[in-house]
Amino acid sequence: MAYIIRRIILLIVTMALVSLITFAVFQVMPGDPIRIMLGPDADEVQIETLTKKLGLDQPLHIQYFDWVGGLLTGDLGQSIRFSKPVSELVIDRLPVTISLTIMTLTLVVLVAIPLGIFVAKRKNKLSDVVFSSVTQLGMAIPSFWLGMLLILYLGMNFSFFSVSGYVPWSTSIVGALGALLLPAMTIAIPQIAVKFRYVRNAILEQLQLDYVRTVRSKGITEKFVMYKHVLRNSMIPILTIFGLITAEVVAGTIIVEQVFALPGIGQLLITSISYRDFPLVQGIVIYITFVVVFINFLVDILYSILDPRIRLS
Amino acid sequence: MQSPQVNKEPSTKALEDQLLEVNGLKTNFYIGKGKVVQAVDDVSFSIRKGETVALVGESGSGKSITSLSIIRLIPSPPGKIVEGSIRLEGKELLTLSEDEMCKVRGNDIGMIFQEPMTSLDPVFTIGNQIAESLMKHKKLKKSAAYKEAIELLKIVGFARAEEVIKEYPHQLSGGMRQRVMIAIAMSCNPKLLIADEPTTALDVTVQAQILNLMVEMKDKFQSSILLITHDMGVVAEVADRVLVMYGGQIVEEAPVRDLFIDTMHPYTTALLKSIPNIDVDLKRLDSILGTAPPAHDFPRGCRFAARCKHVMEKCLEENPTLVEIKPNHKVRCHLYEHQGGLYSE
Ligand SMILES: Nc1ncnc2c1ncn2[C@@H]1O[C@H](COP(=O)(O)OP(=O)(O)OP(=O)(O)O)[C@@H](O)[C@H]1O
Ligand SMILES: [Mg+2]
Repeated sequence: MAYIIRRIILLIVTMALVSLITFAVFQVMPGDPIRIMLGPDADEVQIETLTKKLGLDQPLHIQYFDWVGGLLTGDLGQSIRFSKPVSELVIDRLPVTISLTIMTLTLVVLVAIPLGIFVAKRKNKLSDVVFSSVTQLGMAIPSFWLGMLLILYLGMNFSFFSVSGYVPWSTSIVGALGALLLPAMTIAIPQIAVKFRYVRNAILEQLQLDYVRTVRSKGITEKFVMYKHVLRNSMIPILTIFGLITAEVVAGTIIVEQVFALPGIGQLLITSISYRDFPLVQGIVIYITFVVVFINFLVDILYSILDPRIRLS
Repeated sequence: MQSPQVNKEPSTKALEDQLLEVNGLKTNFYIGKGKVVQAVDDVSFSIRKGETVALVGESGSGKSITSLSIIRLIPSPPGKIVEGSIRLEGKELLTLSEDEMCKVRGNDIGMIFQEPMTSLDPVFTIGNQIAESLMKHKKLKKSAAYKEAIELLKIVGFARAEEVIKEYPHQLSGGMRQRVMIAIAMSCNPKLLIADEPTTALDVTVQAQILNLMVEMKDKFQSSILLITHDMGVVAEVADRVLVMYGGQIVEEAPVRDLFIDTMHPYTTALLKSIPNIDVDLKRLDSILGTAPPAHDFPRGCRFAARCKHVMEKCLEENPTLVEIKPNHKVRCHLYEHQGGLYSE
């Protein structure tokens, strides 16, 4: 319990730092946002009005606390391009990106862990060579190209998959699955190709440890040695890796949403950048970082559940 | 072994009270580039019911590999038992299937390891790890197994056993973990307890407690002990018989008194001499005698020849065999061959 409280305090501090850094980055970005927003023809009066309206005439620290205050109440400001609250735009797009992220993570976990176990059990020279080539290949393939390959070979041949656009879960579950599966695979496949090796290594490392010999000396069968003891212990290093994946997957959605024309956060981010919609860009960036920080928090909580040495320290 | 005759054809009477008979055991490690580590080479010995046998020898002499061979837990690859026979109450262990062997481990043979800090699974409770054996071998239900685990913890000296079963290894000290290891090893009332340097990693004060506990448990459960140790003081205190190992082979075997009084092998002599007060660690032997030959490259002759004060021409040519020089006292040394015709292997 003490551990969780400590971790929550750390979470709050991290979030505060993240907000500060995001704010600072937008301050030092080149170009005057007001002039960019209003275009080259704007006159001084227009500029002054908008500056006042956005509070940009205030001292920096006041601006920062205004902005943080807005964050805390869910007010991320007004999008310039869409003339709508940023939070509304983000919430609209959220289900797509969250579904895609969860589906990708599920695929990675469901394939990489069993594959890692499978390979760990069959460790020999040949399988090492074969599987490390698979990893090399997985790392080398660009995701937009993999996405196009999947569209070409799966999307075009099976009507189950839709290759463009999104169907809400509430409209059709099958439709939503069909729309999300290929993009999820596009992000998941390179992740799996790399991460299953971490799983394998984590398991092989555990198998070397003294406690495994003790368990065997008790007459416990190899199946229990693997699935009760070794796997449970390996979950601690494996969790570290999967904590890192999440950030990569969130980043992956940005590109893949373009390839599959999915109306998610990633697409919104790219639109907002090309329109120099600063409040929107800032809102999305802070949203993405919060998600990543929060997932890391969840990972740490999971650690303490998996590892009594952390929980009881 | 009351009769002076040696193992090859044991009489039925001798067989009856033999618990463990190891014959011609040979365990190799294939470490690549055609190199073969002969970790255990032609090792034969037996342990009677209720007997405590000490296995001594310097680091790398093959003590651990001998004990792991008995319960068939050699890391494989690269290790492999290539020859020999290991019989427990007459039953050959080397030909058992893996499933049958699992019924022997933990049930007929319990094992305690050197490293109490790392020998327990860090993510399961003490109770879980003791109950695991009981559920497997005694077919107890979970609640009964935990009850039994509490009893065992009390026997090995935990006053607050009810709490300890809910604790994790990292919450206990080294000595306490070793008590837990003893509880696990003894949980199914094994016929043989193998203890591989069970006290080496512990504080001196705790060492004596753990050792006493082992002896107590042995008497209580009427088990035999194979005790691997570096500590000649411990040998003198608890062993009935001693096996001295060198270079993967047994070089001397004798009842404990005989070994100290009538030491035969020059290596054993060096061992004992290098230990003015017998508590000193055998690991220091290196500095006294120079290093032992590497186990992947033994000389043709006697493996101790290069370090031996009494080395003769013959020693460089031919590795001596283990010969029974007088009843129950065997030695692998050319110095004694002329005396040993009667009991020759
Ligand atoms: N996994 C392994 N791979 C290769 N060689 C090994 C392996 N394990 C042990 N050996 C070799 O087998 C020989 C015997 O080792 P063993 O562990 O039995 O020695 P020991 O007498 O128990 O020593 P110590 O007192 O240090 O525990 C050594 O030469 C060692 O190098
Ligand atoms: Mg050892």
